[in-house]
Amino acid sequence: MARLVLSLITVLILQSLLVTIAFEVEEFSEELLLKPLPDRKVLAHFHFENRAPPSNSHGLHHHLFPKAISQLVQKFRVKEMELSFTQGRWNHEHWGGFDPLSSMNAKPVGVELWAVFDVPQSEVDTSWKNLTHALSGLFCASINFLESSASYAAPTWGFGVNSDKLRYGSLPREAVCTENLTPWLKLLPCRDKDGISALMNRPSVYRGFYHSQRLHLSTVESGEEGLGSGIKLEQTLTVVLKPDTISGAENMQPSWSLSTLFGRNVVGRCVLAKSSNVYLQLEGLPSDERKNLDPEMEAEKLWKNAEFELSLKPDRILQEINSFLYMFDIDKSSDREPFDLGLTWKLPSKWSCQQAPLHSSRFLMGSGNERGAIAILLKATESQEKVSGEDLTNGRCTIKANIFQIFPWYVKVYYHTLQIFVDQQEKTGSEVLKKINVSPSTDKVSSGMMEMMLELPCEVKSAAIYIEYDKGFLHIDEYPPDANQGFDIPSALISFPNHHASLDFNEELSKSPILSKFKEKSLVRSYTEVLLVPLTTPDFSMPYNVITITCTVFALYFGSLLNVLRRRIGEEERFLKSQAGKKTGKLKQLLLRLKAKITGKPVEEAPSSSSTEPPEARSSFLSSKLLFKIILVAGAAAAWQYFSTDK
Amino acid sequence: MATTEQRDKEEQVDVKTDDGSPKIKSRPIVQLGIFLISHSPVFSVVFSAAGVLALLLLPLLAKNTYISENALMPGSARSMLSNRDVSDGSKLVNNIKNFRLNHEGQGVEVQRLIGKYMSEMGAEVYYQKFHPEGNQFHPLHFFSGPDSDTLLGNVSCASYGVNVAGIIRAPRGDGKESIVLVTPYDSINGGNYEALSLGIASSLFSLLARVTWLSKDIIWLVADSRYGDYRPVAAWLSEYHTPSFKASNLVKCDGVNTSDSFRRAGTMAAALVLKVDGRSERFEDTLSIYAEASNGQMPNLDLINVVNYLAVHREGFYVKVEKVVSLLSSSWLKIVGEIFEAVGKVAHKLNPDWNFSIPAADYLEGSATLASSLYSQALGIPTGPHGAFRDYQVDAITLKVSPRFPPDSKARQHDFFLRGAQLLEGTIRSVNNLLEKFHQSFFLYLLTSSSKFISVGVYMIAFALLVAPLPMVAASLYIDGCNAHTKSTHNPAENLKSWKWLGAAKQVFALHLLGFIVTLLPYIICQVPGQHSPTNRSIMWATTSSSLLLITSVTIPGCSPFSSRLHGTNWAVLKSVTISAAFIGLCLMSIINFATAEIGALLLVPMCLIVRPLRTDLRSGRVKSLLRALCSMVLVTIGFPVMFFAISRGLTGKGLVGLSLGGEFWTWLESLWAWKSATYLYIGMVHLPCWLLCLCILFSPS
Repeated sequence: MARLVLSLITVLILQSLLVTIAFEVEEFSEELLLKPLPDRKVLAHFHFENRAPPSNSHGLHHHLFPKAISQLVQKFRVKEMELSFTQGRWNHEHWGGFDPLSSMNAKPVGVELWAVFDVPQSEVDTSWKNLTHALSGLFCASINFLESSASYAAPTWGFGVNSDKLRYGSLPREAVCTENLTPWLKLLPCRDKDGISALMNRPSVYRGFYHSQRLHLSTVESGEEGLGSGIKLEQTLTVVLKPDTISGAENMQPSWSLSTLFGRNVVGRCVLAKSSNVYLQLEGLPSDERKNLDPEMEAEKLWKNAEFELSLKPDRILQEINSFLYMFDIDKSSDREPFDLGLTWKLPSKWSCQQAPLHSSRFLMGSGNERGAIAILLKATESQEKVSGEDLTNGRCTIKANIFQIFPWYVKVYYHTLQIFVDQQEKTGSEVLKKINVSPSTDKVSSGMMEMMLELPCEVKSAAIYIEYDKGFLHIDEYPPDANQGFDIPSALISFPNHHASLDFNEELSKSPILSKFKEKSLVRSYTEVLLVPLTTPDFSMPYNVITITCTVFALYFGSLLNVLRRRIGEEERFLKSQAGKKTGKLKQLLLRLKAKITGKPVEEAPSSSSTEPPEARSSFLSSKLLFKIILVAGAAAAWQYFSTDK
Repeated sequence: MATTEQRDKEEQVDVKTDDGSPKIKSRPIVQLGIFLISHSPVFSVVFSAAGVLALLLLPLLAKNTYISENALMPGSARSMLSNRDVSDGSKLVNNIKNFRLNHEGQGVEVQRLIGKYMSEMGAEVYYQKFHPEGNQFHPLHFFSGPDSDTLLGNVSCASYGVNVAGIIRAPRGDGKESIVLVTPYDSINGGNYEALSLGIASSLFSLLARVTWLSKDIIWLVADSRYGDYRPVAAWLSEYHTPSFKASNLVKCDGVNTSDSFRRAGTMAAALVLKVDGRSERFEDTLSIYAEASNGQMPNLDLINVVNYLAVHREGFYVKVEKVVSLLSSSWLKIVGEIFEAVGKVAHKLNPDWNFSIPAADYLEGSATLASSLYSQALGIPTGPHGAFRDYQVDAITLKVSPRFPPDSKARQHDFFLRGAQLLEGTIRSVNNLLEKFHQSFFLYLLTSSSKFISVGVYMIAFALLVAPLPMVAASLYIDGCNAHTKSTHNPAENLKSWKWLGAAKQVFALHLLGFIVTLLPYIICQVPGQHSPTNRSIMWATTSSSLLLITSVTIPGCSPFSSRLHGTNWAVLKSVTISAAFIGLCLMSIINFATAEIGALLLVPMCLIVRPLRTDLRSGRVKSLLRALCSMVLVTIGFPVMFFAISRGLTGKGLVGLSLGGEFWTWLESLWAWKSATYLYIGMVHLPCWLLCLCILFSPS
């Protein structure tokens, strides 16, 4: 224990004096951020951070840090990795698009995985494939589908992380469920038994409008010889919930508490956590209140005023330009007195979230099963922050936007058809396109990728990017089981390289990971919709039909071939000639035969053709036998019919 | 087909030529072919009669519909619609009524009001301006998809419509798919009944805005039906799927600001068009289902099944499908039905398992519905706004609800809204359950009632029987023609190897080319400057066509029906080639639009089979020949498209004579090409040339 304290002290000294990021002791912290949203919903953002210090024992033993993750990092030499499971769509208009929370936690539907490796260039793909399989097992998800080279891409600069050892893949159709959450919770030292994570009541978490579970890990180089690298594991869960309202006034924001939101309470911190805090962020409050002088009265007024009231007294109140952050320490809560933060609105209140400079939407164009087009529409939002990120190059105010898209190979994009419209005027590439990087797809081998950097004037109202594609044909066994649903094109990523979102609460809160995370400048990014392309699907009974037809053709072919081979036409002609000598009419012959059958005598043949007599007689004998057989079968059939219909 | 025929002929020739030498026994299939060809008159009569009989039998062969896709599970969930939702709907209807009483002719304001309601329910709302002008005929764009660039030209602000659309995002959905609900509403001239559809839709919308089971987004489109029902929906769909990124003049027009906010919600899974019109004649509320889209395309049968199941078994609507009313009172059909009933009863007595008898009244209903189904498909014009969706491969139907109460009855209105919204809720819930798009059930079918259908496998039999005599007769005529030629030239060595069909083929080709040009003529006539009435245009068309025909007959020898001699071709060979061309044309058409091919075959096949040179028939003077001549005259008269149009008009009670008929015909054709109906191409490129050729044969000299 003493040693632990000692090491803690050394950490503090190191941090304060050397300003290094090296740390000696494994640390875990849990935090929860709550934020009412303008559209009467509440955002809950769980943030768990786990740090493993660099050690020369190669991390074989950990106190808090999950072993599975550290093994993953060591085995596949992962430098940085992010995995997210998302259900529902982030509403950029109402939930914000220009704050660190949305730029980091608004993820595309399904699974998204990207990783940067610390291996030679030639081994990156192998590492990626192994990593997908390992993660697939770890998180009970079909991440292993990202293994195939047709489903991932290697973005160079469009993704925001500039590295040539980066691999990116996403599975839009992956359903997110509790079976993904359970292994994720297993990585936490207290699981969901204690502390903030105890709030994660599955029904309420999955009832939400948005659910994104994220795992971000990064290695921290120690910089010292002989030491390995430290690992920082960040686990976040972002949910947007709608509080059950007892119908009050029409435009009144709903009041809520943790117990009504989650159906559970926090009864104490996770004892292994270094810090466990709950934050409440209120946006768009009138900012003139801070002009008041009396700090005591002011603090009281900040959380209990005419507009709203908090059920607990915040431990600290932090301010940003247009938002307040109330901090609560859950140390004091216990079984008898659970931590149940509540917010009660007294007056109708309205505010709006900060928007990204451009709102993006993507859609498919055209009809039919042959070809189509993908369009991305960028529209200017009413954002005050737009000015901050403008780039005044050449005296011209511009907004830069990076667009990164992956196209599966069955969507055969014609890159030369790229058209860009700015404010409904068609522009040539050189006017607005600053950079473009295209890697075309190869059929069944690799997916196509397009990264482009647009430079739009600041006063832009709307911009559209249009690109045409042909729909490919898949082999019959490449279709998934529900082929008629259509095929997904993963979300495109729009990021604004000159716009960075950060929340600075003017506090030295380096010990709070979530706040330091907010303080970091994060790239403003937004994901577009996933697209569903209906492809031509074959009739899946077609192979059966093909087999049937082929077999018929073969049978006909071989039948006629055999016929040709074994038939002797010369013989037949000779036989016919001898027959013709008889000169008996067909009808007459038939009558003769019939007569012979009735009388039972052999047919009287003309003397000239005596040689054919014995076979003729035999054939007549055979035919009478045959006739008998036919009658027998017909009788049996009639009897069968009679009895079967009777039943 | 052609090669086997050729082989048949050769075999036949072998048999005939080797008179002295012994006969080589040919294969059974060849023998059968020869047998059929040599007895072609009998067989053609038998097959044609069987084809007509099979067509009459179709109502008997109809099967009951069933839900094919298990995921649909209609009616398995209890309705969540509450009285509050319904009162929301009533409120909107009342508000619109009051508003329209107070403000006359303020079109856009009503849309604004609806938009306000939508956004209060939590939907994303936007307005879309569109231009009411429809598509123009352009021969090159006949089969091409919708084109947005054509309308960008001279757009005036004088008249435009405004659509309102609201989107409810599925709370946990991924936004890849959507379901569309359309309520056409004319805010200026719309009656009180029309407003009720808004009431139903907004009751439903209010519910859908708060349910958690949605997996697909819901779009509610209030189409401005001032300029017809179809056009606003088509305009909205074209903006949805093929927007133009270039500046449109329409945006600058004042009114609502629609410049930026067009929103989309992924691929459409299905669409429902809801209309309320008129008062029901029956005791129950009536629901009519319209499904035919352009060129006889139908939505997946499962969509109709779901609506029908819910309407009948859950909501107690009387569901009907459009039928030809005049057939219901026709006595001959009634007799046919009674005969079938009697035959069915006898068969049932013989074997209790044979249960194909249906009552004569049911037969009458079924065949009237079938006739309407065939007619609508054959015409190729969509029967409602749902047709616009089919162009984008979206399954859609129009539901026309007629309440049994007058529009101002408040007490009944609540119940009506509740049931209408529950029906739509159930349907949307079923479609929402679907993981894949509709694919499980039939796309090719004819309806005989809302719960009975005839699948493609059954109705093709009638057509196949009808066209089966054509190749037989063609082969037999060719052989006859060759023999006649052989006899006249006395040159047996080159009887069939000669290319004597080439002359006839040339003639047939020339007339088909003429038909093609005549088909394209209206486009050129439309380009003639100045305003012309449809009658004038039809006269222009008729004169140009007939002058072209004259030119053809002058320039190409043998094409004139009145020329005294034919260059080496006799009428039998010409008829043989004509019949082959008709056969190919009909078979091709049956793939594109079955119903057109079926009706076309009913006209074309008897005409082609019976037609013979008049002169020989008249000269022979026998009763049989005279009768045949009369028959062919009648059939050829009916076969003329304008004549058939006039007769069908006359049967439906609109007698037209003289020039007004031409104008009427012109507008009818105009509607065909405006809807890009393949029937127009069929008439111009298959029916008309074949008719001309029949005329040639009829007046040919030999």
